[in-house]
Amino acid sequence: MQFDPAIFWQQLFSLEYVQGAGIALGLAALSQVLAILIGFAVAVGRISRKKTARAVSGSYVWFFRAIPTLLVLLIVWNAGPQLIPALTESWYTPFLAALIALSVVEGAYMAEILRSALLSVDEGQPLAARALGMTPSQVMVKVIIPQATRIAIPPTGNEFIGLVKYTSLASVISLRELLTTAQVGVSVTFRYAEYYAAAIIYYLVIVSVLMVLQSYFERKFRWTTKAAKVVRTRPGKEEVIL
Amino acid sequence: MSDSTEQPILRVKNLQKSYGHNPVLKGVDFEIQRGQVKAVLGPSGSGKSTMLRLMALLETADDGEIYLESKRIGVAERKGHFVPLSERAMAHQRADIGMVFQKFNLFPHLNALHNVMVGMTTVRKTHKKEAEKTAHEMLARVGLANRAHAFPSELSGGQQQRVAIARALVMNPKVLLFDEPTSALDPELVGEVLEVMESLAREGMTMVVVTHEVKFAQRVASEVLMFDGGYIIEQSAPEQFFGNPQHERTRKFLSHVH
Repeated sequence: MQFDPAIFWQQLFSLEYVQGAGIALGLAALSQVLAILIGFAVAVGRISRKKTARAVSGSYVWFFRAIPTLLVLLIVWNAGPQLIPALTESWYTPFLAALIALSVVEGAYMAEILRSALLSVDEGQPLAARALGMTPSQVMVKVIIPQATRIAIPPTGNEFIGLVKYTSLASVISLRELLTTAQVGVSVTFRYAEYYAAAIIYYLVIVSVLMVLQSYFERKFRWTTKAAKVVRTRPGKEEVIL
Repeated sequence: MSDSTEQPILRVKNLQKSYGHNPVLKGVDFEIQRGQVKAVLGPSGSGKSTMLRLMALLETADDGEIYLESKRIGVAERKGHFVPLSERAMAHQRADIGMVFQKFNLFPHLNALHNVMVGMTTVRKTHKKEAEKTAHEMLARVGLANRAHAFPSELSGGQQQRVAIARALVMNPKVLLFDEPTSALDPELVGEVLEVMESLAREGMTMVVVTHEVKFAQRVASEVLMFDGGYIIEQSAPEQFFGNPQHERTRKFLSHVH
């Protein structure tokens, strides 16, 4: 066996890998946030009473679920500047292109997750909220979204983890995320095992942290006194629940 | 009981509603004075709950008029025609009419205290501290002072319904509508909810109660209504209603529920 632990350890703690991991996680997190916003708007359109809203949002989901993510990425990075001259300028970075591509694609998947979460809320809930005198936006913010969130957390955790790995696609547009970092190192040293192993460790760490985060949110949305006690005892914030 | 020359606090005129081709309300006239309790009886599907939902502005009537303290609600006049208000404007008027549902419909993500507070803080824009104080007082009034931090999933049906009553009460409604408030409860939990409702009635709350609890209607109501086939077919004081019902349909119905 020719695995050299020294190279592995050296790479594991190298600045390149730390930066690569940071870029991968940052890209995934920002894409996830944008995808939730896009997905929410599209989901509301999908369940709207207005025909055009349903048609537009339905087409969005259809289109971006049909096109391979890699193709969207290449279109945004390569065809984008060809079609829109402003994108030839230096502020249009691979990171930005990857962020746009991953957000619009993930937005289509989030739309379906959020649509089913919104539909899962019992119809008696908006009824009771309206009876109290809440306006449509108050009903949405105070009653429907919190309850839909609970349903959406597990599948969204799934999507987020998927996104972390999808960031590796951005290696084709030379974004220096984890996989590019490994590939660049390999192309010079040919130490495949050591460089890939370092990348594996980072993916494992990132996904482990995300899983912990997901279970924290699931606990927070369990809606029992015990769960409230666990999450509400941050110092100085809310009162300690009995 | 109020003197009958007083303005009714809530009045509906010729209320009509169909779902598809199925007429549910065929023209209902109804009014209630301040401090009165009206019990509404009738078989399922006779239109009782629909009338409550229309009065609570949760649905729009096909025809008819609803007045709260002699102000017509649910519609706005535009070029001589009455058109339904926007959902936003309707929300504002709904805040003055309380509603208690058969299935409680408490917000599962909020504890009892916050369930009671949320209407005050979001709709009435009451300051949080003040809303919290009022909510605690109201929970004490329905006998749940020590359950303020429990979530709905941790409360019995009877307790949930009492929280729901407190949630409606803190809004200071001009009239409180109950849609079969004890029908979803285990028999041994019915009493605690009826007790709270009875004490409200004694304190002068104006209430319309759709119910199957004949004893409650007998003891608490100032007047009892019989619904059948989308109409109110009989309406009288409880002694008369139960002692000497005029309508054949009422007699038959009472023989079943007694």
